[in-house]
Amino acid sequence: MRVPVEWLRELVTLPDGVTTEQLAARLTSFDLKLEEVIGGGEVVGPLVVGRVLSLAKEDQKNGRTINWCRVDVGADHNDADGGRGIVCGAHNFVEGDLVVVSLPGAVLPGGFAIAARKTYGHVSDGMICSGAELGIGGDASGIIVLPPGDAEVGDDAIELLGLGSEVLDLEVNPDRAYALSLRGVARDTALAYGLDFTDPADIEVTGKGDGYPIRVDDSDACPVFAARAVTGFDPTRPTPRWMAQRVEQAGMRSISLAVDVTNYVMLEIGHPIHGYDRTKLRGPIVVRRANEGEELTTLDGVVRSLSTGDTVITDDRGPIGLAGVMGGEETELSASTTDVLIEAAHWKAPMIARTARLHKLPSEASKRYERGVDPELPARATQRVAELLVEHGGGVIEDGLTVVGTAPEHAPVVAPIELPSLVSGVEIDAPSVVEALEGNGCEVALDHGTLTVTPPSWRFDINDPYDLAEEVLRVVGYDKVPSVLPSAPAGRGLTTTQQLRRRVGLVLAGDGLVEVKTFPFAGPADWQRLGLPADDPRRHQVMLENSLSAEEPGLTTTLLTGLLKALVLNVGRGHHDVRIVETGRVFEPRAGDPEAPIYGVDRRPTAEEFAALEAALPAQPQHVGLVMTGDAERPGWGTAGRPVTWADAIAIVQHVAEVLHVGLVVEQAQRAPWHPGRCAAFVLGGVTIGHAGELHPRVLKAYGLPPRVVAAEFDLDALIAAAPEVGPRPDFSAYPVAKEDLALVVDERLPAATVRAALLGASDLIESVRLFDVYVGEQVPDGKKSLAYALRLRAPDRTLTDADIKAARDAAVAATAAIGASLRT
Amino acid sequence: MSAPNSEYDPVEVTPLRADEVERARDAALSAIAAAATLEELKQVRIDHVGDRSPLALANREIGALPPQARKETGQRVGQARGAINQALAARTDELEAVEEEGALVTETVDVTLPWDVAPIGARHPLTTIQEHVGDIFVAMGWEVAEGPEVEAEWLNFDALNLGPDHPARTMQDTFWVSPEKAAMVLRTHTSPVQARTMLTRTPPIYVVCPGRVFRTDELDATHSPVFHQVEGLAVDEGLSMAHLKGTLDHLAQAIYGGDMTTRFRPSYFPFTEPSAEMDLLCYVCHNEPDAVAECRTCRGEGWVEWGGCGVVNPRVLIACGIDPERYSGFAFGIGLDRTITSRYDIADLRDLFDGDIRFTEPFGVEL
Ligand SMILES: [Zn+2]
Repeated sequence: MRVPVEWLRELVTLPDGVTTEQLAARLTSFDLKLEEVIGGGEVVGPLVVGRVLSLAKEDQKNGRTINWCRVDVGADHNDADGGRGIVCGAHNFVEGDLVVVSLPGAVLPGGFAIAARKTYGHVSDGMICSGAELGIGGDASGIIVLPPGDAEVGDDAIELLGLGSEVLDLEVNPDRAYALSLRGVARDTALAYGLDFTDPADIEVTGKGDGYPIRVDDSDACPVFAARAVTGFDPTRPTPRWMAQRVEQAGMRSISLAVDVTNYVMLEIGHPIHGYDRTKLRGPIVVRRANEGEELTTLDGVVRSLSTGDTVITDDRGPIGLAGVMGGEETELSASTTDVLIEAAHWKAPMIARTARLHKLPSEASKRYERGVDPELPARATQRVAELLVEHGGGVIEDGLTVVGTAPEHAPVVAPIELPSLVSGVEIDAPSVVEALEGNGCEVALDHGTLTVTPPSWRFDINDPYDLAEEVLRVVGYDKVPSVLPSAPAGRGLTTTQQLRRRVGLVLAGDGLVEVKTFPFAGPADWQRLGLPADDPRRHQVMLENSLSAEEPGLTTTLLTGLLKALVLNVGRGHHDVRIVETGRVFEPRAGDPEAPIYGVDRRPTAEEFAALEAALPAQPQHVGLVMTGDAERPGWGTAGRPVTWADAIAIVQHVAEVLHVGLVVEQAQRAPWHPGRCAAFVLGGVTIGHAGELHPRVLKAYGLPPRVVAAEFDLDALIAAAPEVGPRPDFSAYPVAKEDLALVVDERLPAATVRAALLGASDLIESVRLFDVYVGEQVPDGKKSLAYALRLRAPDRTLTDADIKAARDAAVAATAAIGASLRT
Repeated sequence: MSAPNSEYDPVEVTPLRADEVERARDAALSAIAAAATLEELKQVRIDHVGDRSPLALANREIGALPPQARKETGQRVGQARGAINQALAARTDELEAVEEEGALVTETVDVTLPWDVAPIGARHPLTTIQEHVGDIFVAMGWEVAEGPEVEAEWLNFDALNLGPDHPARTMQDTFWVSPEKAAMVLRTHTSPVQARTMLTRTPPIYVVCPGRVFRTDELDATHSPVFHQVEGLAVDEGLSMAHLKGTLDHLAQAIYGGDMTTRFRPSYFPFTEPSAEMDLLCYVCHNEPDAVAECRTCRGEGWVEWGGCGVVNPRVLIACGIDPERYSGFAFGIGLDRTITSRYDIADLRDLFDGDIRFTEPFGVEL
């Protein structure tokens, strides 16, 4: 809400010396938060009103025509010849017009200093100003021409145009609807300073008898409807400068006297008003629900298709206005309107909110209605508008005043007198509580420690006992709240899952991965780049109604979408070795498009109801994703280095699993976006929980990434869920170790994991098995590979004999022979 | 070895003569002293102590001496050999020390050579700050609660006193899940986690909920559709706004140091009543009169905006099945992204999310 300070000070006489800054700070502490102070001192004088005495048009070599003017700028500023010579390029004025002149020494917005200067063969001793040059808007090609009688030659134009005036831009919270008016801000200002104020809504309503015929069929939406007519109004009369100025300072456009008056009164007392050209109305006005499919062309020229959720104002032809949101085009006030029907209706907030939302039509009126407008005001608002119209535009106010309905009453709020103290933690005595509430306009009764508080008609946020606490604390001061640290009962610390998640984060950092945070938005373009098959379930996303980008219409099903984009950025910025990791949720829609239930708020949902709500939400497991490119070990003075490979990606996942004591089975797999021959699946209890390996060359090409990028992604929730509460018991023998090496020739496609499992299972004496070489080449047959293993043998209870060692070795050979291995000779 | 011979004249056994023993000892000692290397010393040992050395040979003759002469001669030879062995050991130590020193000198390397072949990882500051704040509260006995990011409309709004027509609801710039009748949103705050906690537990409740939240803001230097919050909720008997202030002051001190404090300004949130905006004393200038005017962090205000808070609206307690006659609570929410950008003077919020490794790397694994 933009509040011209001068207007506010007119309603509240502030103590001497209160500056705009102090006022703003005080209002901020009163829940009217200052966004900014607009204007004030941008233009430095002399800026005066002048009369054009003479005007000579002179053609210039550059094709332009300039006016060489003599301007009377008042005795204080005129030269010896009784005026000043000024060159002006605009042509929207004639001799005798009143204009605004900035004289040498003046500084205009943007630091533009005015001085006498030679131009077009004359010395221009000042400048005739346009609105744009003064920072008050308007057409820059034309200068300001003041209406006759608006000012006298020599008047200070800074004051006249309100250039020195300051405007407070206040943030008004939804609970303080009343503060969307000068009336409300003035009331709070008065309360803040302990002063009286002039209530601009203190208006005597003169109307009597019935006016224009009105019927309200939808009284749920429209409890009060008031209408009053002004006839014989002169539509050519201008809006008085002070009014146009206030309207514009408040952020609205000055349009015409009739429109400006309705807006002015809305700003002044907070009640939206609509004006009809009465001659265009056909028959009585009826307020009713719209019929499905009915149409209305609103003031902005848009044809709106209505539904039964909308309340409309109609006449014999059908809808002529969308209640509380926007009027219709056909009956609007025009430049020829002489008979005005003024409507001030009280619309219920929820209905307006729905309609404004549905038609995407937030307006100054709907903004006020959906927060709440004082229902006692309709008749008074019409009176005020009618008086202003007649005062400035002539005509007469018709006697007849139609008022349908009465203002709904506020239920009183009952609370113990101690409540504000208990809620705020500040000791507040009973008289202070009562005084604070009365200052807010409430009627207060105190009886044996019980407060009965009837909120004023303009407050819609005082419904509960706690609401009283806020109003009292606002007056007492939030800065009075003491600081007391509560003592929570002993807690259980972090959950196991939370601890393990942190541990995984540290392991990943220890493995040289840099954590990133990407956005979880993705779409078909991503699936295309990743090469996901048409039937891949990861293409089935949770979609958004209002995604920010058409490329990313929903939530992602894999962390690789964000990670690969981040990798592209890093590579594009010249980083060679990039290892990035993200821990975050992916989103998997439930089958059958379930809808989340909406329950009442008067009680806790039952366990079943809560479970139904949970079941509708998509699965959102936390994943870990990582992508790596460049060197796993950089070349240096002591090493040739080593590029990152598919094996690094697998090893990191296994490392994480080992730290959690989870045995992951690695299996050969084929899954986009990985290289079909270089992809591992991680299997946990028969369920695949992740993949790792090298990315498919086509995918890397689609992203414009270098070759051999590797990646992994796994379900962290599943991994953590499988982590045992207690790790394995240390179990080792102190007897000496025996070492045996075994080179086995196996089918090239036999997984090493199978051979390893066979070796480990061959004998109890085999303590560990380590693959130290893989050979494919001339020395083994085609289609075969040689795997060289180092075995460590040990018994728990004795030193091994040569016979023990031979037996174990033979068992290992036999076990691997069973899977097709032969000893390499 | 010959047997003792009574006829044998010891005086005639030349090697055992005192002067011979002395000569052999002196020869050995000077050879030892002259040995310049361990290798040379090894030869000296063979020559003067070995089986074929004069004194070894002499020693063998002792047994042949008559008993009366044996003791004196044995002592003489033994002393000589002892002196030699001692000298050998000493010289060995000396030479070993010299050689080791030489070896160490030749093995000297340039330790300033960089060994930077292994990549170094780092954790994102938004992760570590969430953990840090969690730890501060866990130390007070609070617990850390979590919830889903795609949330039921009812939990994100209705349960928090944001009914369908509440004006604040349209102000939340919510991402809605398709179709709209699915009644799901990307949570606009972590407050639904508070509601979930109240729905599934009984007071006393003291929880913090850190997490990722969403609003339909286009990404620019100061806005992001994805951001991070930590919210706190306490529900117990007798809690007031004063306990809220105490908790926030403690948090400010735990993060920023001893003299930090917060201040409240009235505000509005549907789920709290009374509600307040919370400012943090500027941690750069501490609102000191001579520093505040120049301070870039708070732009001369002395305070920086930190979050919103208030006393839990009893309507929220009712929707979550908690008796507002018996219990009261407070809640607060703090934006973590802005805490990071302002604390580390990061001008562009996008740096937190574009994934450039140079943003995360300097943070290491702790803030
Ligand atoms: Zn500061």
